[in-house]
Amino acid sequence: MTAPLILGIETSCDETGVGLVRGTTLLANAVASSVDEHVRFGGVVPEVASRAHLEAVVPTLHRALDEAQVGLDDVDAVAVTAGPGLAGALMVGVSAAKALAVALDKPLYGVNHLVGHVAAEQLENGPLTEPVVALLVSGGHTEILQVDDVATAAELLGQTIDDAAGEAFDKVARLIGLKYPGGPHIQRAAADGDPSAIRFPRGLTGQRDMARHRYDFSFSGLKTAVARWVETAERAGDPVPVGDVAAGFQEAVADVLTAKAVLACQERGISTMVLAGGVAANARLRELTQQRCEAAGIELRQPRFSLCTDNGAMIAALGAAVVERGLPPSRFEFGSDSSLPVTEVLI
Amino acid sequence: MLLLALDTATPAVTVAVHDGKRVQAESTTVDPRRHTELLMPQVTAALSDAGAARTDLTEIAVGVGPGPFTGLRVGLAAARMLGDVLGLPVRGVCSLDIIARSARHYAGSPFLVATDARRREVYWAGYDASGARTAGPDVGAAADVVAEHGDLPVAGLGGTRYADVFARLITPEYPSAAELAAGVADGTLDVVAPDPLYLRRPDAALPSARKSVLA
Repeated sequence: MTAPLILGIETSCDETGVGLVRGTTLLANAVASSVDEHVRFGGVVPEVASRAHLEAVVPTLHRALDEAQVGLDDVDAVAVTAGPGLAGALMVGVSAAKALAVALDKPLYGVNHLVGHVAAEQLENGPLTEPVVALLVSGGHTEILQVDDVATAAELLGQTIDDAAGEAFDKVARLIGLKYPGGPHIQRAAADGDPSAIRFPRGLTGQRDMARHRYDFSFSGLKTAVARWVETAERAGDPVPVGDVAAGFQEAVADVLTAKAVLACQERGISTMVLAGGVAANARLRELTQQRCEAAGIELRQPRFSLCTDNGAMIAALGAAVVERGLPPSRFEFGSDSSLPVTEVLI
Repeated sequence: MLLLALDTATPAVTVAVHDGKRVQAESTTVDPRRHTELLMPQVTAALSDAGAARTDLTEIAVGVGPGPFTGLRVGLAAARMLGDVLGLPVRGVCSLDIIARSARHYAGSPFLVATDARRREVYWAGYDASGARTAGPDVGAAADVVAEHGDLPVAGLGGTRYADVFARLITPEYPSAAELAAGVADGTLDVVAPDPLYLRRPDAALPSARKSVLA
């Protein structure tokens, strides 16, 4: 018997995603991004993103159906990101998903975006063997999760207390004259720099912080440290070594992210780590995570880049896990929740 | 003919099912923060009250605003998706025109429709005594609308909200999907594409010059 066909809709930030999944098999992953419209603002503008979702959601649905070569009648259930994310953006997806579920007369599952990132890994390398520690790093999120059961049990171990890591990349890129989104531009500049030339601070790693914020992150002090360094150089009339600044900054981010995620695995006795989110595209972060996991005897699992960034397939993957478990659909009166806690995998 | 009509461009979520002759079912709830929660349950309840299945529907009508963006999109996203999946035409109607179609009975003269656009502004349009639109839709300060159009009767929540500016208030405050359905069914409401009437650009500031972090 083939597993049910699950359609997932994701609109929590600036990507409109529709994916189709059977069990842990990926059939389609169609994404429309409004990133180009945000470039001149130097960051995601929520209203711009919401407007783009409204225009993109129906066309993206059809691209996904074409990609999977299935019809709407083949869909067995619909899953949608209920949160966390941008409030106005989430509502477009939830409203469209409810209408789709009514039009198809199929059950609807409102699911958690963060846990969706973890579920996406199952589409790459097959079913997860829980428990896993997940390191989620993007423009909007920087979290360490423990997932005991992807369909039912997730827990937040730590998160950023200020900027998301991706946000720090964007802000530092601006400081050194690079474009938005900062991630790829900093990575390129860093390739010509020396990561040990400038040592930038690793936030929340001091003794007292490790007691109170063991698995938490902070990137605003790092950003300010880079700003001070750059401004000091400029005032002295020295040329700013963009490559060294980019490499030093990137190293600081990758170091603290991987150190704390590995520590979480070790202290929790967990031997599998999942790395996901848009910043997981950063080559240095991937490399350092791989090295440290290997050294600690941890299996590192990460999906391909198109499954790391926000997408509908990850929501379909989580929906499939929830359906497979026989969990009831969401109450049809549910709304989106911009701060949905990770413990609520299904609402 | 079986028409599903809905509007979410104001604090009201209003839904109706109309058979071309009369309204079969309708419901309106008012809660500016719960459009996503309320809309589709009201749609399924209205279909059930009308004794109809979703597959009996022949067209969809939706208010296209102007109105607060987030709520407005809830209705448009649902209407477009329903229309697409069920293979039905989706008719858009200016939400102020829906209010005007009800209000013309109470005006007896040219009148205005104004809904709340927040920030001391209203979404507004002007109508003649028969209910035909003569100005707008537009967005602006309530005081400027009065300065331009004089002391006309005003329907819509914008009148109530800015009663210090608008002196002559008439009903209704909110659009009614039953009125929307009736006006689309008999061709008395102007139909447009189901695209949002935002009337304002997104709030977004271009990045400013770098501030110094050194003392």
